[in-house]
Amino acid sequence: MTTSLNRDANLVEDVGFAEPPPKLAHYTWLQSAWRELRRAPLTARFGLIVILLYILTALFAPLIAPYPETEIVGGAYEGWGKQFILGTDQLGRDMLSRLIYGARNTIGIAFVTTMLAFLLGGALGILASVLRGWVDEVLGRFVDVLMAIPQLIFALVLLSIVGTSVVNLVLIIAVLDSTRVFRLSRAVAVNVAVMDFVEAARLQGEKLGWIMSREILPNILPPLVAEFGLRFCFVFLTVSALSFLGVGMQPPTADWGSMVRENATLITYGDITPLLPAGAIALLTVAVNFVVDWFLHKTSGLRNEP
Amino acid sequence: MNAIVATVLKRLGLGVVTLFVVSIIISLAIEMLPGDFAKSMLGQAATPETVAALRKDIGLDRPLAVRYFDWISGVVRGDFGYSLAGAGSLGGSRRPVADLIKPRLANTLFLAAVTAIIAVPLALILGMLGALYRNSLFDRIVNVVTLTSISSPEFFVAYILMLFLAIKLPIFHSLANVSPDTPFFERLGRIALPSLTLVLVIIAHMMRMTRAAIINLLGSPYIEMARLKGISPARIIYHHALPNAWAPIANVIAINLAYLIVGVVVVEVVFTYPGIGQLMVDAVSKRDLPVVQGCALIFAGTYILLNLIADIVSIVTNPRLLHPR
Repeated sequence: MTTSLNRDANLVEDVGFAEPPPKLAHYTWLQSAWRELRRAPLTARFGLIVILLYILTALFAPLIAPYPETEIVGGAYEGWGKQFILGTDQLGRDMLSRLIYGARNTIGIAFVTTMLAFLLGGALGILASVLRGWVDEVLGRFVDVLMAIPQLIFALVLLSIVGTSVVNLVLIIAVLDSTRVFRLSRAVAVNVAVMDFVEAARLQGEKLGWIMSREILPNILPPLVAEFGLRFCFVFLTVSALSFLGVGMQPPTADWGSMVRENATLITYGDITPLLPAGAIALLTVAVNFVVDWFLHKTSGLRNEP
Repeated sequence: MNAIVATVLKRLGLGVVTLFVVSIIISLAIEMLPGDFAKSMLGQAATPETVAALRKDIGLDRPLAVRYFDWISGVVRGDFGYSLAGAGSLGGSRRPVADLIKPRLANTLFLAAVTAIIAVPLALILGMLGALYRNSLFDRIVNVVTLTSISSPEFFVAYILMLFLAIKLPIFHSLANVSPDTPFFERLGRIALPSLTLVLVIIAHMMRMTRAAIINLLGSPYIEMARLKGISPARIIYHHALPNAWAPIANVIAINLAYLIVGVVVVEVVFTYPGIGQLMVDAVSKRDLPVVQGCALIFAGTYILLNLIADIVSIVTNPRLLHPR
């Protein structure tokens, strides 16, 4: 939680631009990032622009939105028009404003959740790869069991126990999702942990924390960054699905999943308004997928297939 | 042959152990309930007596192990306990969970079966074509379409289909409300849209995974060797590639059928189809724990079973797996 200021910057940097290759050392970081970007395929550029737009919308939601998030400003289900560009929802709140605030809430929650999942899963994964032995064994078996239950079902069980709230939602999804991060980071880190420089650091008497964060982490970063994009999509879809089912984010918070659910009756009258939040979810996921594809292609032959 | 049997038995044993551990986790769920659960269930009007009665009813006054064995031995006999709906009210008109689940499980299985029958062959064929004609126009179009379909939430696909195929063009029923005495063909017509939604989502996943698996296989050195020897393409596919392709294909099918049982939850809610997924979601928002447990056990059991079957198929069809290094 302490690094929340750096986080946004890190996301853009990590997902958006490939690390400059060392041989281009005489270029500044920005220059080589720009070079890479100009050579990027159309899909990746499209993805980056979309992601950027979403981030801007999320950050400046109060400035862009014409009406406040939860205020009732008109009649229920008003059509598209001058006063309410996209009409109003089932209580008479402005649809466009809620769509804009929804970017903030939905993306924010998904991002925090993914971040937590990576902190937890990544740390445990590297720990298991360094210590091996019983720690590795216990963590591995535990993750096996957690993964034996479908994630959505497990989340539903846990939510019915602890009740539905945003904090519960974030924690549950983060823990369930960290299992995948654990598997990946352990698998990659195991290969690094046996290398000579790690052994050297150990003999030098470096502490466990140093070895994990300074020796191993930088060497397994590219696959983790790509995985971050994919896991973000997955978390984003799961959170939206749970909200859509009515057990995720609770009213009156504007959230894309629950907005679809609340206004779904409009579909039966041939109105496409409820599809907009769902489309917003789909567009962001597609964009992230495009960028991740490109990043994977650039950094390593680890996974050629998306 | 003995080695194969031994490996299969080992895998079966592992599956049973996993199922056992999962059942423990699901039943332990009640243990993690916050202390004021009974009170919040019963609402403001609860007297201390009714709260105590409910706690006793759920079994919170008995030791953990006893409760687990009561529950699991009931489950084995098909008794999942009683729904909490209406708990606390006198007279006790509560329904057994098994009675709630049974008709809905049949509905869900029907939906899943129809979906699988359509989706599996179609996805496998598309995936193989994609792998064989890699980077062709066909491959690229399918790639973009499937990526978009994977990235969309199920309810997006579902509502788009509903909007265009049931409302703008009234071809199908927009809601899939069936009752136990709906005739078979009527039933098929009503689940057309939910199963079409699931088919689209499943095909996208499955086709991409099949394509990746086949490409991976065709790139391996022994296939290149066979090709360089001048063996005909058909023989390469049937005699060299296919025996090794069963394992990945079985895996792809199992993973996607497992995915199907999760996708079913959202789709059932969209089309108000009386299946087990909708039952579970309702129970979660009412915090009706026995029902949630029952549904979760069924979902988890199916999931584990599918993975088990995939592993066994891989073992039986791929002799190399018998000698792990």
